Amino acid sequence: MTHKSIRIGGLTRVEGEGSLLVRARDGRVTDVELNIYEPPRFFEALLRGRDHTEPPDITARICGICPVAYQMSACQAIEAACGIEVTGPLRDLRLLLYYGEWIESHALHICLLHAPDFLGYDSGVAMAADHRHLVERGLTLKKAGNELVAALGGRAIHPVNVRVGGFYRAPARAELAPVAERLRRAREEALATVEWVAGFDFPDVEHDYRFLALHHPAEYAILSGTIAVSDGTGFAAADWPAHIVEEQVPHSTALHARLDGTAGYLVGALARYALNGRQLSPLARSAAEAAGLGPVCRNPFRSIVVRAVEILHACDEAIRIIEDYTEPQAPSIPAEPRPGVGHGVSEAPRGTLYHRYRIDGAGLIAEADIVPPTSQNQARIEMDLRHLVEPRLDLPEAELAALCERAVRNHDPCISCSAHFLHLHLDR
Amino acid sequence: MAGPAATAGRPRLAVWKFASCDGCQLTLLDCEDELLSVAAEVDIAYFLEASSAVGPGPYDLSLVEGSITTPDDLRRIRHVRRVSKRLVTIGACATAGGIQALRDFAEVREFAAIVYARPDYIATLERSTPISAHVPVDFELRGCPIDKRQLLEVISAFLAGRRPFVPAHSVCVECKARGNVCVMVAHGTPCLGPVTQAGCGALCPAFNRGCYGCFGPMESPNARALNAQLRELGMSTPELVRVYRTFNATEEPFRQAAEEAESDT
Ligand code: SF4
Ligand code: SF4
Repeated sequence: MTHKSIRIGGLTRVEGEGSLLVRARDGRVTDVELNIYEPPRFFEALLRGRDHTEPPDITARICGICPVAYQMSACQAIEAACGIEVTGPLRDLRLLLYYGEWIESHALHICLLHAPDFLGYDSGVAMAADHRHLVERGLTLKKAGNELVAALGGRAIHPVNVRVGGFYRAPARAELAPVAERLRRAREEALATVEWVAGFDFPDVEHDYRFLALHHPAEYAILSGTIAVSDGTGFAAADWPAHIVEEQVPHSTALHARLDGTAGYLVGALARYALNGRQLSPLARSAAEAAGLGPVCRNPFRSIVVRAVEILHACDEAIRIIEDYTEPQAPSIPAEPRPGVGHGVSEAPRGTLYHRYRIDGAGLIAEADIVPPTSQNQARIEMDLRHLVEPRLDLPEAELAALCERAVRNHDPCISCSAHFLHLHLDR
Repeated sequence: MAGPAATAGRPRLAVWKFASCDGCQLTLLDCEDELLSVAAEVDIAYFLEASSAVGPGPYDLSLVEGSITTPDDLRRIRHVRRVSKRLVTIGACATAGGIQALRDFAEVREFAAIVYARPDYIATLERSTPISAHVPVDFELRGCPIDKRQLLEVISAFLAGRRPFVPAHSVCVECKARGNVCVMVAHGTPCLGPVTQAGCGALCPAFNRGCYGCFGPMESPNARALNAQLRELGMSTPELVRVYRTFNATEEPFRQAAEEAESDT
């Protein structure tokens, strides 16, 4: 009888703290545990009793890499509870801010966290020694995204300008003009990035994913819409709790989500591309085609290409919004609280992010529920690993462990790294 | 102060994470224009978010993000101190306990029960404490998140073996320097600027918003006077308490200001 276990103590180049354990016996994988040991911070509990205006600032602190996603889902959930909807130029500004986050977050993942896997480096910085211009291009792209977020939000991490109902101050047209100029150059860099990553050597792997993503009739959904599932089912944001239930597993502080009773659906870049790919900007669509992505991509290693395509789309759309922008009459619309429940869903760069708040008669949060992308993808990532490892159990230990880490990074999980190292136990 | 210049080769930098959102360490990666030059000056020996290469200690400079919230953190922070010549905490989590320190004003078991069906699986401490509560810290950089220019100043100062230049005055001073109109005087918007430490460049007032104190209390703030003004502007006691209890709630001057607001009623 042979036993084999792979233990990765501290997953690197991911956001947050996680580890991984894979056990095998007689050529079969028996256990895969992605352990998220990120210490719990109890946001859903500490939000209780706060004013309904506070969740955008507070929940931004859940994640320094995608604070805008938290701000957008929170605002929309609260606005739904208050019975208002942000439309017109204010909605355009929200999209614009969100595109900024998409550009910087995807550029960070592609260039500093993920590409080193394909080229055999430990980090983006190490990669820069041999490929300086490539890393610099990635950093310039990232900077363009950060500058867009800062122009609208005040700063790139935890923007200060977002409020329930809109913004504290809406930018003047003239303020956005230089940003558009920057984005035009970024668009060229994004196009070159798609071509670059499309040429990587991808492991020949395909999974039979069940995808879930936001869908919007008029745009590649990021900010709002209904929920679409690849098997043709779908539902409204307000029906989220009826379809998606989180359960706790002993080995992780992140909850595992189930969709209609089954675990293992996928959110994120591959899901959005499969469900909404036709709505990408023409330039992004043709770049995807040239990159050989096809209408659906089931190879998780190629998600890096999809992310690059999404950057291109975000640049394109952001430029369009700035060109069409007319200053709103007021930077926000009033959001008078009333007792009730509101749901808000948006697409964080790493997947669908759901917020629900119950507001009481005094305008305070009585209950909060937040379902981040990672808790939805955790079970599916474990399935990916099982399928990947089983036929390759004979590979050398270090190679197998490295492949596992890469498979986790494919999904850009937002688990926030730790003082551990990589082990692999082989027991024959 | 003796700089790490004494060590042979490039000084070795480590970045550690405890309970946090990654925002402060991300600030380092967000120094797009400077990242590669910083990397040329220092050996980034340990930085899990950025690199799979893990170099052994000791490290000349450790940047620590996040607060202490689990039994294992207590063990780990002592290890970090042992392997670090200089230890600098970055951000409100590491210098003040962060937003997660709001548990200090509640029952942590109750908090866990709200979020988890099986709170018994969760190992957590009753309080979220700053790094300085457990080990000696050489410098504390504030902000939620920290400011990138201040971070670069701190890294260069430590590498040069000098004290970093980080002002301790209030956001009001930065507002004047930036030419912002005072949101409190001009619009009657409640603002924590007068009691909050500078560093962000008076960001919120530049966006017509009152400061919400993300850099924590300045040196010797007069919160009592500000509270009177905030009440004048119509803030109720619970609103006053909440405004101080956010990202730096357990910093003494903010803790006290909230308590004073409560006892003034
Ligand atoms: S201080 Fe704020 S930005 Fe920094 S890690 Fe903590 S929550 Fe994130
Ligand atoms: S003005 Fe205050 S709340 Fe706003 S960024 Fe600066 S310190 Fe933080």
